[in-house]
Amino acid sequence: MRRIATRSFNHIALALVATLAVAGCASKEVPNSAADLGLGAATPGSSQDFTVNVGDRIFFDTDSSVIRADAQQTLAKQAQWLNQYGNYAITVEGHADERGTREYNLALGARRAAATRDFLVARGVAANRIRTISFGKEKPVAICDDISCWSQNRRAVTVLNGAGS
Amino acid sequence: MNGFFRTLMIVGALASGMAALTLPARALVEIDVNKGNIEPLPIALPDFVSTDGVGAEITAIVAADLKRSGLFAPIDKGAFIEKISNPDQAPRFEDWKVINAQALVTGRVSQEADGRLRAEFRLWDTFAGQQLIGEQFFANKANARRIAHIIADSIYERLTGEKGYFDTRVVFIDESGPKNQRKKRLAIMDQDGANVRYLSDGRSIALTPRFSPNRQEITYMSYESGQPQVYLLQIETGQRELVGNFPGMTFAPRFSPDGQKVIMSLLREDGNSNIFAMDLRSRTTTRLTDSSAIDTSPSYSPDGSKVVFTSDRGGRAQIYVMGADGSGQSRISFGDGVYSTPVWSPRGDLIAFTKQSGGQFQIGVMRTDGSGERILSTGFQQEGPTWAPNGRVLMFFREAAGSGGPRLHTIDLTGRNEQAIPTANFASDPAWSPLLE
Repeated sequence: MRRIATRSFNHIALALVATLAVAGCASKEVPNSAADLGLGAATPGSSQDFTVNVGDRIFFDTDSSVIRADAQQTLAKQAQWLNQYGNYAITVEGHADERGTREYNLALGARRAAATRDFLVARGVAANRIRTISFGKEKPVAICDDISCWSQNRRAVTVLNGAGS
Repeated sequence: MNGFFRTLMIVGALASGMAALTLPARALVEIDVNKGNIEPLPIALPDFVSTDGVGAEITAIVAADLKRSGLFAPIDKGAFIEKISNPDQAPRFEDWKVINAQALVTGRVSQEADGRLRAEFRLWDTFAGQQLIGEQFFANKANARRIAHIIADSIYERLTGEKGYFDTRVVFIDESGPKNQRKKRLAIMDQDGANVRYLSDGRSIALTPRFSPNRQEITYMSYESGQPQVYLLQIETGQRELVGNFPGMTFAPRFSPDGQKVIMSLLREDGNSNIFAMDLRSRTTTRLTDSSAIDTSPSYSPDGSKVVFTSDRGGRAQIYVMGADGSGQSRISFGDGVYSTPVWSPRGDLIAFTKQSGGQFQIGVMRTDGSGERILSTGFQQEGPTWAPNGRVLMFFREAAGSGGPRLHTIDLTGRNEQAIPTANFASDPAWSPLLE
C-alpha cells in the first residue's frame, strides 16, 4: 500500500513581536530666540545669525569628500563665527545623495563629516566642541530625481547644539 | 510570546487505499533549473477538499508560490474536467493529460477534534500515472499559510531536485511618510508579503536588518542612541542589545554562517571605515581591514572561510575578497562601473552585487573570483540583493523614477522572472531568512 508520511506542528502561534520603546533621534536645533523670529536682522551670535549670515552647510561633488573652494569659504566663516561665539558645541552631519548604495553612503557621509570637522579644527575650532554623525542618504533635503536635487543633498551641515553646553 | 516553530514528527504511516506502487517512482515530469530558458511546467491544483474555505485558501497560496517561482504554470481551473471530491482515490489521469497538466496536486483540509487543521496532499505525475508525494500535516489553524508554503516547497523540491524557499520570512525596512522625514521601521513578513509585523516603533531610523542562521535573531543598525550603532534583536522576545562598545559609528552588520560572530564596519577617527568581526560569546573583536579607505558591506562565504566586501581603496567602490582573518585581500570586480553590496550565495558559487553604470543601477552576479559577471536587472535606482536560501532567487529594492519610494522585487538567476512583492508601505533592505523549521 502506498503510504503517506505525516508531519505535525506544535500548537504555537506566530510570533507576536514586542513593540520596542526606543529613544528618538532628538533634533539638535536650538529654537530661535523671540528676537530672531523673522523680525528683522538676526541677533549676532544667534543660531539664525549662523544659518543666515554665515551659512550652515557646504556641498560636495559626487562620491567625494574633498572640501571644494566654495565650501572652504563657508567653513572659514563658520570657524570665525564659532571662534567668536565659543559657547556653542556643534554637530557636523554628513549626508550623501541617493545615487549610491545605503551602506556605502553611510560611510561616505561619515567621511564628509570628518573632512568638515578637520577643516574647522584646522581653523582653530576646538575638536572637543565638535561631534560628527553620518546620515548617509537617509535624510535628503531636496526631493526630485535629478542632479538639481542630488547636488543639494551631498552636504555637510553644521548644527549648533546650544549655547553654554 | 511564542515564536513559530514546528516539531517534525512522524506520527505514523497511513494507508492510502490506493493501488500499490512497488517500483520506486521515477518521475517523467521534472524541471531542469540549470537550463537557460525554462518553460514553466503546466500543473493543475484543484481546490483541496474541505467543508469551509480553508482548502481553497491553502490551494491558492500553493499555486501562487509555484507560479511566482517562474518554474510552474498553474492551469486555469475553468479547464478542469474531473472534479476531485475524494482525494484518497487516484485521479482520472486521462482527464488531466488532456488539458496538458503534467503534474496534479490534490488534497484535503479538515479539522481535528482538538481544533487543529489536518492537511493532506498528493502530487501526481499524470503522464506516468504515478503518485510522487503523499504527505499530511497537523497544525494550528493560524498556521494555514505556513502549511501551504511547506506543501509548495515539497512540490518544488520533488520536481526540481532543489530545496524550495517558500516557507521563509523576510526582514526589511518599512518606509512611510514624506521622503525628507521618512519613518524607517524594522519589519518582518512571509516571503510572499503576508503577515507583516513591526519590530521597531519608528521613532528612530533603523536600517539593514539581517537574519541569524538560527532564524531567531536579527542584527541591524539603528540611530536610537543618537549615534548609529549595530544591535542584536531577539525576534520573539523583543530583547535587544548593542553589539560591542565602539567609540564611533558601527554599521553594515552581518552574521557569520555559524551565527557566532557579527562582522561589520567601524568608523575610524579619520573618517574612513574598516571591517571588524566580533565574537558574540567571548566579546572579542578582530580587525580584518586597516586601510585609509571605505571598507564596508562584508559578507561571509557559506563555509565561513572568506569574506567579500566593498572598498574604495582603488579610487571608487569595487568588490574585494579576503580570508576570514583578513589575509589575502584582493579585488575581484573589474567591470565598467562602481560595485557595492556584495553578498555571497548560500550555495557558495556566486556573489550578488549592486553595480552603478551609465547612470543606472544594476543587480548582478559574478563567480567568486569575479569572472562570469551577469547583470540580471537594470533600473533607475535599485540595490541591496539578498539570496533565497536555495541560491536561485534574489530579492532587492527598487525605486522607480518619480515613484516616491522603494519597493521589494525578486529576480531569479535566469534574469527573466522578475516579481514585485506586495507591501502596504514603501519597503527597502530585504534580508531573506533560511528555511524555517
